[in-house]
Order: sequence, then structure tokens, then C-alpha cells
Amino acid sequence: MADILKPESESQLADAINWAQSESVPLAVKGQGTKDGLGRPTQTRYTLDMTGFSGIDLYEPEELVLTAKAGTPIAEIQQALADKNQELRFEPGDLGRLYGHAPGGGTLGGLVAANWAGPRRIKDGAARDHVLGIKGVTGRGEFIKSGGRVVKNVSGYDLPKLITGAHGTLMAMTEITVKVLPAPEKIRTVLLIGLSAEDGRKAMSRALGSPHEVSGAAHVPATAAAMLGVDPVTRQGAAVTAIRVEGPGPSVEHRCAELIRELGGELGGATEELHTENSKAFWKALADLEPLVQQQDKLVWKISVAPTRGPALVDTLGLGDSLHWLDWGGGLIWLGLDGSDSRADAIRSTVDAAGGHATLIRAPEPTRAATEVFHPLPDPLMGLSRRTKEGFDPNGLLNPGRMYPGF
Amino acid sequence: MIAMPKPDESVIARREQIAEDLAEIIPPAHVIYDEDERRAYETDGLTAYRQLPLIVVLPETTEQVAEILKYCQREKIKVVPRGAGTSLSGGSLPVADGIVLGLGKFNKVLKVNYDDRYAVVQPGVTNLGVTKAVQEEGFYYAPDPSSQIACSIGGNIAENSGGVHCLKYGLTTNNLLGIEFVTMSGEVMRFGGTGLDSPGYDLMGIITGSEGLLGVVTEVTVRILRSPAEARAVLIGFPTSEQAGDCVGRIIAAGIIPGGMEMMDKPAIHATEAFVNAGYPMDVEALLIVELDGPQAEVDHLIERVDAIAQEAGATYSRVSQDEDERATFWAGRKAAFPAVGRISPDYMCMDGTIPRAQLPLVLRKMTEFSEKYGLGIANVFHAGDGNLHPLILFDANKPGDLDKAEAFGADILKLCVDVGGVLTGEHGVGVEKRDLMPHMFTEDDLKQQQRVKCAFDPDQLLNPGKMFPVLHRCAELGKMHVSGGKLPFPDIPRF
Ligand SMILES: Cc1cc2nc3c(=O)[nH]c(=O)nc-3n(C[C@H](O)[C@H](O)[C@H](O)COP(=O)(O)OP(=O)(O)OC[C@H]3O[C@@H](n4cnc5c(N)ncnc54)[C@H](O)[C@@H]3O)c2cc1C
Repeated sequence: MADILKPESESQLADAINWAQSESVPLAVKGQGTKDGLGRPTQTRYTLDMTGFSGIDLYEPEELVLTAKAGTPIAEIQQALADKNQELRFEPGDLGRLYGHAPGGGTLGGLVAANWAGPRRIKDGAARDHVLGIKGVTGRGEFIKSGGRVVKNVSGYDLPKLITGAHGTLMAMTEITVKVLPAPEKIRTVLLIGLSAEDGRKAMSRALGSPHEVSGAAHVPATAAAMLGVDPVTRQGAAVTAIRVEGPGPSVEHRCAELIRELGGELGGATEELHTENSKAFWKALADLEPLVQQQDKLVWKISVAPTRGPALVDTLGLGDSLHWLDWGGGLIWLGLDGSDSRADAIRSTVDAAGGHATLIRAPEPTRAATEVFHPLPDPLMGLSRRTKEGFDPNGLLNPGRMYPGF
Repeated sequence: MIAMPKPDESVIARREQIAEDLAEIIPPAHVIYDEDERRAYETDGLTAYRQLPLIVVLPETTEQVAEILKYCQREKIKVVPRGAGTSLSGGSLPVADGIVLGLGKFNKVLKVNYDDRYAVVQPGVTNLGVTKAVQEEGFYYAPDPSSQIACSIGGNIAENSGGVHCLKYGLTTNNLLGIEFVTMSGEVMRFGGTGLDSPGYDLMGIITGSEGLLGVVTEVTVRILRSPAEARAVLIGFPTSEQAGDCVGRIIAAGIIPGGMEMMDKPAIHATEAFVNAGYPMDVEALLIVELDGPQAEVDHLIERVDAIAQEAGATYSRVSQDEDERATFWAGRKAAFPAVGRISPDYMCMDGTIPRAQLPLVLRKMTEFSEKYGLGIANVFHAGDGNLHPLILFDANKPGDLDKAEAFGADILKLCVDVGGVLTGEHGVGVEKRDLMPHMFTEDDLKQQQRVKCAFDPDQLLNPGKMFPVLHRCAELGKMHVSGGKLPFPDIPRF
């Protein structure tokens, strides 16, 4: 018997899940598998390959909406959008590369299942803020639709929010509708050179609290900055604090000049400006997690806290010398650790005290089997999450245990 | 009229005892028992529906909310959460055999952090109250429903409310960082926080827009934004609604996302102009208000581009606001559209469908046909940027049969919205009003799956019953799997 089921229609998909139901065999729901390394390892003999659901069904640039089958390659979608000068505003990076896959991989379904987002998360949200509708088959073998193709929609529960970021544990998605937006005309990035993490964070807080509509704010220490492959940044040989503005030409120039004026003098340090192409390269390198892509042997943590807590958290953990940087104005810490010890207990207790959460984004399978990958949930939340899972997939057929024990 | 579930007489018979029990949990003065005082809670913004609640309770702390819910769960008493009672879909309409849990005493702003750009408030704080708490420092809370002076932030979460600025800044769900929440069993939970995203399922995402059916929100952390340096609005008039709709499409196709983009048809223009003297042109069929915000350089630049696009689209009138007062005047008409229409008709019913924008000409044409069919007038205001229509159906509740006709007219409009690829409700919620239209948009399996979410939170279905779902299934029944005992045939699916 073969191990991979590749349905090509909704009814075949429902058949496959119903079959798995009657045989009590759990299924690994998969797109191209570029993010197999994300989540707890699951024990499944059968794989439900969703790449049979492929193709853009509807793209209306004037309506800012795109519908595609869940297995459609992200690269195909990004190309179609670029042709019309639009984009996925949540700026998803090429996450597959973090797990050693070739560039440009991944499907829309995989992206939505992981609720991924890039540096622009602080201004424009994550995948969950852009998914308008999802169709698919639940673990009950029932085809359902949720949401729609319009942005304003409160007809019934917002199931797309729940399914986005559920790592395929609630249903196998067949079709996804997303909101798309115009790509900015111009981009500028202000670089503040050589600031400490705390001063960098202060500059970012000021920039984000200014009327300049900052769409990216990251503080990258020298080691990580040297690995970004963007010459004007790399050659600094120092930490850079980067602040991005985007939009129509005159506005971007104005805001960039204002930011340099407001931030430059006060915190000391030199300033530089990246124009559109260098800005694109810089933020893409951050979105793709370039330094961690280059160091495949490192364990990777993603920590989210309130921005003002970021720099102190790195210090408290005593991990200032490890490969790391701060994104999201200081509220997102990317951390690469040497060796096989995930230090989960120390990291989680420190992060808990700071009111945040930490995800073990990359680690060898035995490590992910031994430590919780996603931040542990308090009991009442765990109970509620389990009951939610049972509503969609009572027999635990879809990606069982990928997120937490039992779901 | 839409029927509410049959009340449980045995609960009504225990009213006095229940009131006494509740007075053990919260100060007796906060348990409202007298009919006169309960009257104030008998309806919400959907005033055609009225029902006196069994009892009203006004707790002040999360612990009290938890104790009340625990008690009601144990005693199997229904609970209707209520914020400011401005819901237009009957979301906070009481039930005869249930208590109303009012959040009015949760009215404090607890904390503001400008460095991290959030505010922590209690759910009874008004939407505008959040902005007021932070505006001295130049910040604001972006979602701005027209009811913002009155509606509560807890109600906004329950309805996932929008406003005229949500095209650019998002709805409530996109501006929420964290909540404290109490389930029907009295468990207190926190979702999200002061950082971004949260581990596990996005339960805050599903609670937002759940119309008080999943639990009670007792604390809210919202994202605050720095106010734009400059905002200017331009009024653009067109000889036809088609041209106005076309102009909206062209603006977006040019890569411009205005802070707000609203449209009114002729009856709405005339009603609002007579009410607030905003200086609207009276000889156009459709009027757009387009607001651009950002740094002055951007606003000046984009106003010019929008104006040029409007001319290409056939605009016959255009006026740019010259100062803040004038901008406010432009909006005053739009924001007062509902009361303005209330002046020209004894009663009106506000619809709330969303359509793909390109369908606007068809939908407007059909609405004129319906209007003739039912013999009732209609005025249209419209969040043009995102396709959210607010047709206002004019009727007279004192005329026998008029309310029924208005409801049928409204149902026709909403079904049409769904049929052209849109949805039943864009921001006002399903509530009681659109409950029975849900099967027009969703299949039975779709609706059952939504109800299973309800079952995960409130298995006895005691919270806000009679809302959102036309047919109630018991959770035990919803949980069953319908796979026949025998093995299904080996399916015919490609394998590798
Ligand atoms: C003139 C007018 C203009 C309006 N304009 C807009 C608009 O532009 N955009 C828009 O989106 N809406 C608009 N509305 C609708 C309404 O104001 C919103 O739906 C608002 O969010 C309701 O808030 P509320 O506090 O009045 O809630 P209520 O009416 O009290 O309750 C609404 C729902 O929320 C639940 N609820 C309330 N508080 C809580 C809580 N703490 N925890 C759990 N559930 C709770 C209730 O059970 C109910 O289901 C308008 C209404 C009016 C009357």
C-alpha cells in the first residue's frame, strides 16, 4: 500500500479523510513540505499531499482580492501579484530556506497554516489579518466553507482566524481567499549605526510612535548584520538599527528626512539611508531570516514580547553573544543557539516573566520531541483548545500532536 | 418578526430566588429587579424588538463576573452580555428567561503605554473613550464606528466593529492585542497580551465577532496609533452611481488606499444635507467622500491624483477641505446619516450587506426594483472602499404590515448581496435580525461546524441564546460522528 494520498478534488479529499476515519489512521497534511521542520514531530504513516489543489482561481486587482487553491506555490502567487504591482502585505519570508530547502518553495496553504508574517507585522498584521475565506474538509470528512471574499464580513464566527495558524490540525484546506494590496511606490530605510540594543529600541519606539507610518523597525547586532549580504549594511561592521518608510515618492522622502532629523542627533551614532533596491534586499534578508539560513546547525527560537522588554530579555538570558537580532520594534527576538541544548526551561521562564511567548522554530527531531515547540498553555486554555480541536477533528486524524500533545 | 426560543417557565418562576442568590455575589444595589428599571434594558439599536429581561446584574470585577457565570451555569440560567446596547442586529436583546449581564461599570482606562503603543481598558469604556484617553499625546484608536461616542469596546469586540477608516486601518480584530475573558463555566482566561501573536489556536480571533455567544470579555488591550500629521477630505459628485463606483475602483487600482472612502446616493445626500448643512451638492446622483491622511507632502500629492482620477471618471463636482473644521463638516453629514434619515421617515431599518465592489451598479438597480415592489423608500450610505452597503429602508411601524414589508425588503437585499458573491453582514452582526438568513449563505455543515465552536466554549448553550444560529442543535448531537460502522470502500484517490 502506498503511503501518500494525493486527492485532486474535494470529494476525493473527503473520501480520503473518511477512509482514514474508518481505518483509524492519522494523516500528515502536507503542501510541499518545506515547513515539515516546524512543530512537534508527528507519527503518521500516511501523508495527505495537498499539492493536487493548485492554481489561482480568481484575481481581481481592483477589488484587492485573490482566491487560489491551497496547494498553489507561493512563488506563483507572488509573481501574479508582482505583475499587477501588488503584494501580500504581511511580507512572508521564504521560510523553507530556514529548514534547508531550495529558495522559492512552499504553498499558500502552508503559509496560512503557519500564520507567518515578516517585518511588516507591526504595521499591517500577519497572515491571519489578510485571510478572508477558507474552504476545505474537516477531520470529520465534511466539506465546509468559512468567511468569504470581502474584507467586511461578520456573518457567523470568524473561522478563518481559527484555521489560520492551526498548522493543519483542524482541516485540510482546499481553497483560500486573501486580501492583497498595492506594493509601495518607494521605500527608504534609515540606518542608525552602532547603537546599543536598548538605545536602538528607544529609537524604534520613537519612530513607531511618530506619525511617519513606519513599516519596519529592527535592531541587528554586528554579527547578524554582517550576514545579511547587503553591502551598505555589512560594511558598517557595527550594529544597525533600521527603520523603514514606504509609500508614494514625495511622502517617503519627507518622512525619511524627518526621521533622520528626529532620531539622528539625539542618540548619537551616524545615520545612513537605504533607497528602494537596497531597502528591499535588506528587509527581504530579515524576512527570510538570512543569518539563520546560513547557520543551519543552530537551534532557532522566536520570542515575542512587548517591544520595550526585548533588549533586557536577551541580557537576562545571558545570550547577548549568541547570534540574534530584534525585529518588530524590539518585540520579536530571533535567536540562534549552538549545540543541542534548547535551554527551553530557562528561556520559557524568563519569557513568561516578561509576559511573552517563545517558539522553538528549528531543532532536530529528538529535541522537538522532548521539549514543547510552542509555548505551553495554561490549563484552562489547553482544555478549550482541545475541545476546539475535537469540534473539527474528534478522532485526531489531521496532523495529530503537531502543535501540542493531542492536537 | 423573528421568533425567539420559547422561554423556560420554571426559570421565570424562580425569579425572586435567583435575584436573592445574585445579591449574594454582587452588592444588592447592582441587581436590578424592578420592572421600571429593567425597562431600560429591554431593547438595543434594533428597536423593533423588545423583551424585558428576567433580572439585570451590573458586576464591577472579573471575579464577580466569574461567580455570576458559574452560578448561572450551575442553575442553567441564560445570560445575555450587554455593553452600551447600540447593536443594530439585536445582539444584546434580552430573553425572558435569562439575565442581562451589563458591563457598564467596567468603565476604567487601566493603563496606557506609549513606548509599546497599547492601552489596557475595561470593556465598558466607550470606543471614543479609548481615543480620548490617549489623544493628548497625539495617539488614537483606529476603528471608529459611527456610534463611537456611545458604543463600548467590549461590544466592538463582540461585533468586530468597523468604521469609516477601516479600509486602511483594519477592523477591531486587526487592532486588538489581548483580552481577559470569562467562559460560561466561570473560568478566567487571557489571550494575547502586550506583544504580538499568541501561542496555540487564535482563540482571540474567534472570540472577536462572536456576538457574546462564547463568553464575557472583562479586559481589553488595544493597539493605539499615532494620529496622522494631516488629514484632508475631498467631496466628489457624480451624475450616476456607476461612475462613482467606477471612480472608487480606479483609485484603488492606482495603488491608493485612502484613510476613508464613503459614498451616498441622492436620497441620503438630501436627507443629511437638510439635517446638518454640510454643504453637499444637491444636483448629483452620488457623492463620494475620500479622505487622505499622512504627512502633508503625501496628502497634497494624493489629493491631486484622486482629483485627476475623479475627473477621468466623470465627476461633475469636487471640493477639497481647506481646514479641520471643513473636513469635520464633510464627515458630519455622513456620520449623522442614520439620524438624518430618521427625520425624513417615521422609522427606518439599517441593512449591512457587503458585496464585491464591481457588483454595485447591479445591486443598486435591483434595490430600486425592490423599493418599487414593496412601495417603501430607500436611502443608501456605503463604505465604498470595502463594498459594505448600508441601505436604509424607510417605513412606518404604525402602519399595519409596514414592518413586515420592510423586513422582507431587507431580506431580499441581503440575499442579493450573498448571491453576487458578498455576505449578509459586514459589521453589524447577525444577531436576531439576520439569524434566519444564515442558511442562505451557509450550508448545514458550515453552520454545524460553527456551532461546534460554540460547544467548545459553552456546551449548555446558555450564553446569548436565540442569536446567530437559526436552528439549535444540542452539543451532544453535534459531536457525534456519522461514519457508518463498517469500513468504507478503499477510496479511488491517486497514491504514490
Ligand atoms: C447610530 C449607530 C451607528 C452605528 N455605526 C456603526 C458603524 O459605523 N460600524 C459598526 O461596526 N457598527 C455600528 N453600529 C453598531 C453598534 O454600535 C456596534 O455593533 C457596537 O460595537 C455595539 O457596541 P455596544 O457596546 O453597544 O454593544 P451591545 O449592543 O451592548 O452588544 C452587542 C453585542 O456584544 C455583546 N457584548 C457586549 N459587551 C460584551 C462583553 N464585554 N463581552 C462579551 N460580549 C459582549 C452583546 O451580547 C451583544 O451580542 C452603529 C449603531 C448605531 C446605533
